[in-house]
Amino acid sequence: MTTADSISERKSDSSDFFHKPPSGRTQRFIEKGAEIVFLLCALISIAAVVIICVYIFAGGIPAIAEIGLFDFLGGQRWKPYNEPAEYGIFPMILGSLYVTGGAVAVGVPVGLLTAIFMARFCPAPLYKVLKPMINLLAGIPSIVYGLFGMIVIVPIVRNLAGGDGNCIFTAALLLGMMILPTIIGLSETAIRSVPESYYEGAVALGATHERAVGTVVFPAAKSGILAGVILGIGRAIGETMAVIMVAGNQARMPKGLFAGVRTLTANIVTEMGDAGGLHYDALVATAVVLFGFILILNLCFSVLTNKKPKEGKSK
Amino acid sequence: MPENKISVNGLDLYYSEFHALKNVNIDIAPNEITAFIGPSGCGKSTLLKSLNRMNDLVEGCRITGAVTLDGVDIYKDMEITYLRKNVGMVFQKPNPFPMSIYDNIAYGPRTHGIRRKSDLDDIVEESLKKASIWNEVSDRLKRSALGLSGGQQQRLCIARALAVKPEVILMDEPTSALDPISTMKIEELCCEIKDSYTIVIVTHNMQQATRISDKTAFFLHGEIVEFDETEKLFSTPSDKRTEDYITGRFG
Ligand SMILES: Nc1ncnc2c1ncn2[C@@H]1O[C@H](COP(=O)(O)OP(=O)(O)OP(=O)(O)O)[C@@H](O)[C@H]1O
Ligand SMILES: [Mg+2]
Repeated sequence: MTTADSISERKSDSSDFFHKPPSGRTQRFIEKGAEIVFLLCALISIAAVVIICVYIFAGGIPAIAEIGLFDFLGGQRWKPYNEPAEYGIFPMILGSLYVTGGAVAVGVPVGLLTAIFMARFCPAPLYKVLKPMINLLAGIPSIVYGLFGMIVIVPIVRNLAGGDGNCIFTAALLLGMMILPTIIGLSETAIRSVPESYYEGAVALGATHERAVGTVVFPAAKSGILAGVILGIGRAIGETMAVIMVAGNQARMPKGLFAGVRTLTANIVTEMGDAGGLHYDALVATAVVLFGFILILNLCFSVLTNKKPKEGKSK
Repeated sequence: MPENKISVNGLDLYYSEFHALKNVNIDIAPNEITAFIGPSGCGKSTLLKSLNRMNDLVEGCRITGAVTLDGVDIYKDMEITYLRKNVGMVFQKPNPFPMSIYDNIAYGPRTHGIRRKSDLDDIVEESLKKASIWNEVSDRLKRSALGLSGGQQQRLCIARALAVKPEVILMDEPTSALDPISTMKIEELCCEIKDSYTIVIVTHNMQQATRISDKTAFFLHGEIVEFDETEKLFSTPSDKRTEDYITGRFG
């Protein structure tokens, strides 16, 4: 501050060639004001996270204590309307994991291959079409995906596999599509940010374009790609609307790829409207579990993205 | 077998509209070190890259004329992967792959179909020894190559180039990012290996050119002004422009 002051004073004293800067005090005031505005904005998001955490946990933890941690997480029966009621969310935990796992199995291979294609193989005119389409895919509301799933995918699965078509398989397929833009976007960026010198080094040794991309460029992008995959998983596990519409939504232990299933998110939405008392709190506690999953994923994400470029550790 | 390893005949090169090389003719003799010197932007790197077709990566780059390796036209009659296996390249900035030292060296041989572990082990050791870096890394072959110093990385890159058993090695200012000691090591290494390879080196360091090269080509504005024995070119240049440049009177 003092140096800045003395510089601006020196300027105004010793030279008329310079335009007279705003007086030191005004400038400092503006800078300080801007700083405070930025800080406030930053604080809003921090406050939002903290408040959400506090409320969800405050609402959920007592319910978990009352039901018993093991009975809640490990219980295989969710019967809130029985006498006595049972609140085991294990079926929904499995439901979320299966559906998300399936989405990864569908979305990751397709997404990665698309990203590699877009970053390294795509002719420019095709890219001009492909890129906006994928961005559009990211912008489609999940209810629209859900409708598409109901109208198109469910009947196909019903015809091919029997059952009523609302099942893990359908949900995984649909979610796999929904996480594509996330995976493609982040992976493409990661692949593009690999230094060109790696690629040149590989082709200079006689590697073909395909080999250079596949064995040098792609592996060099792996932490960025993994980050994209994790973000995609986060999106899949938190997705609610589309999953409810195609997964069958039965609160029971999953019975196979082509049987209906309920996820954690679906559990909350489905019953929140008419729940009261412990039932209500058990649903909030379901959100706590969901929150836990997301926390773990975010932790993985930040570990991956903060990782410095690998150095050979000298012992 | 033709006397020259590489012959460039009437080569013109354009980057889109820009005429970067103008009717370049040069013959590069086997088992010698040929140096390219000249002011920045005169086309040294461009010519070097046209010798192993790295210019193919540049969009809008067109060439006319011919470049031959052992008498075979590299643009018309040669598989590009075969060409690059035989004409290796070391870049200005060391560019080891982000993988282990071993995998860096083994990358080229694996690319050309060598899979046996024992063969690869032999090649890795032999290449690192030739690039005089074996003693420094033999106990950490499985560690990331990115953990090496700049000078070590550059020797690693030379070893990586040697590992595919090329006949020609192109080096584009390989020591410009290095300290004097690393520079000296690389110069010594060039002199050691030149009996079995043909080396073309771009350099801004004229002492370096005089120290290691047998022949020197002086470039200006996309043309080769003078090409001669290094000793002759630096002591009694036949062109006024060469003389101005090497005596530092270049305007
Ligand atoms: N990819 C490219 N696209 C367009 N023009 C290029 C490209 N690469 C080089 N040029 C131009 O071609 C000319 C020769 O470039 P080149 O890199 O061969 O010079 P150089 O002699 O190696 O210079 P330096 O000593 O600075 O490395 C320069 O004028 C440069 O601007
Ligand atoms: Mg250059």
